[in-house]
Amino acid sequence: MGAAHDIAADVRAGRRSAVSVVDEHLAAIGAREADIHAFNLVLADEARAAAADVDRRVAAGEDPGRLAGVPVALKDNMCTRGIPTTCSSKILEGWRPPYDATVVQRLAAAGAVVIGKTNLDEFAMGSSTENSAFGPTRNPHDLTRVPGGSSGGSAAAVAAGFAPVALGSDTGGSIRQPAGLCGVVGVKPTYGLVSRYGLIAFASSLDQIGPFATDVADAALLLEVIGGHDAMDSTSIPQPFPSVVDALSLGVEGLRVGRVTDLPEGAQPDVLERLEAAFLALEKAGATIVDVTVPAFTYGLTAYYLIAPAEASSNLARYDGVRYGLRVDAADTAAMNAASRSAGFGDEVKRRIMLGTYALSAGYYDAYYGKALKIRRMIADDFARAYQTADVILTPASPAVAFPFGSKGDDPLSMYLEDVYTIPSNLAGHPGMTVPYGTGAEGLPVGVQILAPALGEVAMFRAAAALEASQ
Amino acid sequence: MSAPLTPDDVAKVAHLARLDLTPAELAHYTQQLAGIVGHFRDIDALDLADVEPMTQPYPLVNVLRDDTVRPTLDRAEVLACAPAAEGGRFRVPTILGGDA
Repeated sequence: MGAAHDIAADVRAGRRSAVSVVDEHLAAIGAREADIHAFNLVLADEARAAAADVDRRVAAGEDPGRLAGVPVALKDNMCTRGIPTTCSSKILEGWRPPYDATVVQRLAAAGAVVIGKTNLDEFAMGSSTENSAFGPTRNPHDLTRVPGGSSGGSAAAVAAGFAPVALGSDTGGSIRQPAGLCGVVGVKPTYGLVSRYGLIAFASSLDQIGPFATDVADAALLLEVIGGHDAMDSTSIPQPFPSVVDALSLGVEGLRVGRVTDLPEGAQPDVLERLEAAFLALEKAGATIVDVTVPAFTYGLTAYYLIAPAEASSNLARYDGVRYGLRVDAADTAAMNAASRSAGFGDEVKRRIMLGTYALSAGYYDAYYGKALKIRRMIADDFARAYQTADVILTPASPAVAFPFGSKGDDPLSMYLEDVYTIPSNLAGHPGMTVPYGTGAEGLPVGVQILAPALGEVAMFRAAAALEASQ
Repeated sequence: MSAPLTPDDVAKVAHLARLDLTPAELAHYTQQLAGIVGHFRDIDALDLADVEPMTQPYPLVNVLRDDTVRPTLDRAEVLACAPAAEGGRFRVPTILGGDA
């Protein structure tokens, strides 16, 4: 067990075998997975074989890479060649992708070992992992509560010690919210920093892959391994990005940390108390706290729930029962398309497809989708003004600690409000990350979110390292 | 903005999205979607006349590459993913004469 950077250092030096590392984590999975259900699929044989290959290379005097022998849990919306990739949807159950996602290739090239595919809200649509077609994931800190979502399986896997690190995807907060609820570090990088080739699309102008880890150093290491330009993703930023591992030792002397004075209401007192403690800790470490306003923050939820479903309604049109996935036979192809989609998609996915189709339909496009794109510009402009006086901004990661299963009931809006603090940075394309910062109600983890402007990962990780060190 | 969402609106949208809804589902989704769309009214008061729409966060346009021959996915492997294939192609039911 232990942190990824320690495992990699030991495996590269021959002090520890990668197979033994995998076996330790498989034992942890064996002990608690039946309670937690972090995984859709545990890849015990494949992980042992990959680890044995890492050990062979170390024995032969080769260096397997920066993540040598490190088990990684992979959200089950990233393609793995020949290995089922479901998006936690019945419509893709049993599908075996004919190719690997770029992040999967980069993990393998760095010597990492994929130990399993983790559960998610179907097609990454949700904030609790309750929308999975294969049943919910439970929070390792309290099995009666959700782990957050949509990357709840990845967050829970890291929190439970099933893997030292994991990958998730974040379209409106799907890495940062579950990281906060499970008490782990979670990073949504700048839009375009990590290739989405092989990430099953939800909302393409918002989706971004990022790491989960037990500490900030592991998150930085994993981000450096998966990040950087990829010709297979036309939205990939074609320039190198500065080292976030090096940023960890820079300190926060002189860093300007923004406090949003017009933050949308709704955060619980225990969450706000931890946020205040984080401001104090950064100030004590040498940072300067400055007040900023981001007036459009409050409209982010509406803009997001028009733009993301609109893009999803287009992206999910590909599930038509023709080329892959579920088919329900019918007399003609149009009827087969509808029968397959109706049987294969779950309730929330159908709701968002219809919402997006509505927002894009004739007569409503200007009133909904067109307006949402303008609000998106306002949010980006507001952030740009705020970042003239601040290097990073601190907010809650989510309004409250992990909530009990079923407590958001039949009201989709109350679930959507979980992401009120994370959504604006997706709309702007900015990075954001959650750092666990103590506990709140019921002794459950509370996360603080650090936001930064596009390609501002160095400042973000400086603040994250300082917050971690202050605990 | 517009009038409240009706069951007819939702039925039309479901057809456009190729989703079959039972009468109970239609009522359920109409009620939920009306609630969500009602919440969106918070943007009605905004003056957006002079705001440029933003479609994507990073200003990349027309990313091109050289047109070179490269390996592609294996056809047999791809067709093996399909619910039905025949003669190197995806097989589907009748496409003409059904729902237009």
